[in-house]
Formats: sequence, C-alpha cells, structure tokens
Amino acid sequence: MVSERSDAADADTTALALKILVAGGFGVGKTTLVGAVSEIRPLRTEELLSEAGRLVDDTDGIDRKVTTTVAMDFGRITIRSGLSLYLFGTPGQDRFWFLWDELAQGALGAVVLADTRRLADCFPAVDYFEHRHIPFVVAVNCFTGARRHDEDSVLRALDLDPGTPVVLCDARDRDSGKEVLIRLVEYAGRMHTARLLDSVR
Amino acid sequence: MTDDITGGGREGPGSQWYDNEAGPLVRPYAMTGGRTRPGPTGVRFDLIALVTRAVGAPDVDDTVLGPEHRTLTDLCRTETQSVAELAADADLPVGVVRVLLGDLVELGCVTVSRPVPPAQLPDERILREVIDGLRAL
Repeated sequence: MVSERSDAADADTTALALKILVAGGFGVGKTTLVGAVSEIRPLRTEELLSEAGRLVDDTDGIDRKVTTTVAMDFGRITIRSGLSLYLFGTPGQDRFWFLWDELAQGALGAVVLADTRRLADCFPAVDYFEHRHIPFVVAVNCFTGARRHDEDSVLRALDLDPGTPVVLCDARDRDSGKEVLIRLVEYAGRMHTARLLDSVR
Repeated sequence: MTDDITGGGREGPGSQWYDNEAGPLVRPYAMTGGRTRPGPTGVRFDLIALVTRAVGAPDVDDTVLGPEHRTLTDLCRTETQSVAELAADADLPVGVVRVLLGDLVELGCVTVSRPVPPAQLPDERILREVIDGLRAL
C-alpha cells in the first residue's frame, strides 16, 4: 500500500502541497496569469479517446484505442520549505472537460478569469465550481481597450452568489496576480470555516 | 494505424478529437509495457502527490528498471517532487509517470504521499502562512 500521510497531526511535519485551478474561456489569459506569478511548465496528460469520446462519439463499433495528449500549464509557488502552492491552468476547450474532475479533486479553490467583452465564455467554469462547492474568485482581466466594469456589475451579470469575490486584475502583472491569489485563499479559508461551523450546528 | 490520422483534417469516426489542439497521437504506454494503471495497489496518484526518494532505497538492477524509471528516481534524488513536476521534467505524460511510480513504490525506491484535502487542513494557520508567503513574493 502506498504510504498515506493525510492525518492532520502529520501535516506539520510532512511536506504540504496545495492546488489552485485557473479556469476561464479560451484566450482569456490563463497561461499569462500562471506565468506571471510562478514558474511555468507545460504538463502533458493523455487520455484514451475511446473513453473520452464515449458519450459523444459513435465509433461504429470500430475497436481501436487511440491516445491523445492534452497540454496544460502548471506552475509552482514555494511558500517555504515543505509548503508549496501549485497552479494548474485548465484546458480551455469544452471537450477536455473530463480532465477537470481530476484537477478539481482536492483543490483549495479556483480562479475564474473573465473578459468582460466575452463574459459568457466563463459561464461554464462558474457553473462547474458552484455545483461542486469549490471556492472560486472571478478575476476580470482588464485588457487594454476593454470597457472597465465595476465589480458589482460583473457579480450581477454572472449571477454569482453574494460574497463571491470579484477582482479586477491585469493577468500580466505579478502583483496583480498575487492579489487575486490572496483574495482566493482568504475566501477559501472563510468558506472552509463556515462549513465547519455548519457541520457542528 | 496512427499514420493515417495524424493530419487532423481527415473525417472519420471521432475525428473531431484528432486536430492539432488535441496534440499528437502517441503510444506513450509502450514504456510501461502496455500497462495503463499502476501495479496491484491501483492507487491513482494525484498530480500534487509528493514523491520522495525512500530512505535506504534498495539498489535495483537495471534489468528491472527502465531508463524512464531511472529518470524519475534521479529527479527526486535532491528534493521532493510532485507527480506533475516529475511528468514535466521527465517530459512524459502524467499517466505514464503514474504507472512507473507504481513500480518504484512497489520496489521500495520511492514513497508517495497523498495530498491533504483542504477540508482536512489542521487550522487556518496554514492558509495564513500561504497568504503571508504570497504577499512576500
């Protein structure tokens, strides 16, 4: 059996890794954001298409398994020795959604990057995290030339639960990206505490 | 078989999966002897599961381990690595790395720790530490 050190008591002494997802529509700046705050590397994952396409493809009984690789970005921020934050950019295309479930498993939270010119592109990501009760913040990437919207109007346009943080950001800017992550970790902490309270009520 | 479907434009069953964005079609499991799941334990290592070279790891001769196994043990020789980092640094797909790590765990060469789910974090202190660490970046 693989050694499993998930005991809370052990967490102080063993290395700890936390996972944050960066989601959003295609071309909204996910790679840019991950790159701005951390070292970025391409990660290859692969799926058997016969499984991936099971629900949508009629393969006419052709029995052949083909594997494709899907590339994702990921980065690491070392908080201290033994405590690291890993960022994963989710694949933007809808057909790679089957990869999200694995990424979302055990995630501390998610950043949904939004572009106000194409706000609808981030609806699927918002839905996904809401349904799975994964804490997320919406980071509005303020592209030059895009009309600036205030946080409240984005909150309303996306019909977010009150309290969901909306942050205006510049995905290229390291400090701005850090602020987004800080807001997310704070929010995840609040959500976590609220759930603990609910569970003892 | 793969030769005729690398172009991406060919129509055929499921061909919408094969375009350039989907990446090249590969046979990555050749280096795992065709296995797509790690050994008998069947544990699917998380992307952020941390891999540590085992203390007093046995010297396993080269007939048992392939070059990719060696690459992985070498990568975690100096410091603990996540599964994702090992895959990126070894330039291997994650699924392949999982199978190879399963072998290494069985042989006692490495240990893999399961990540702590956020729901089980001991207290807010860790999150506070993360926030302070981010500010200090």
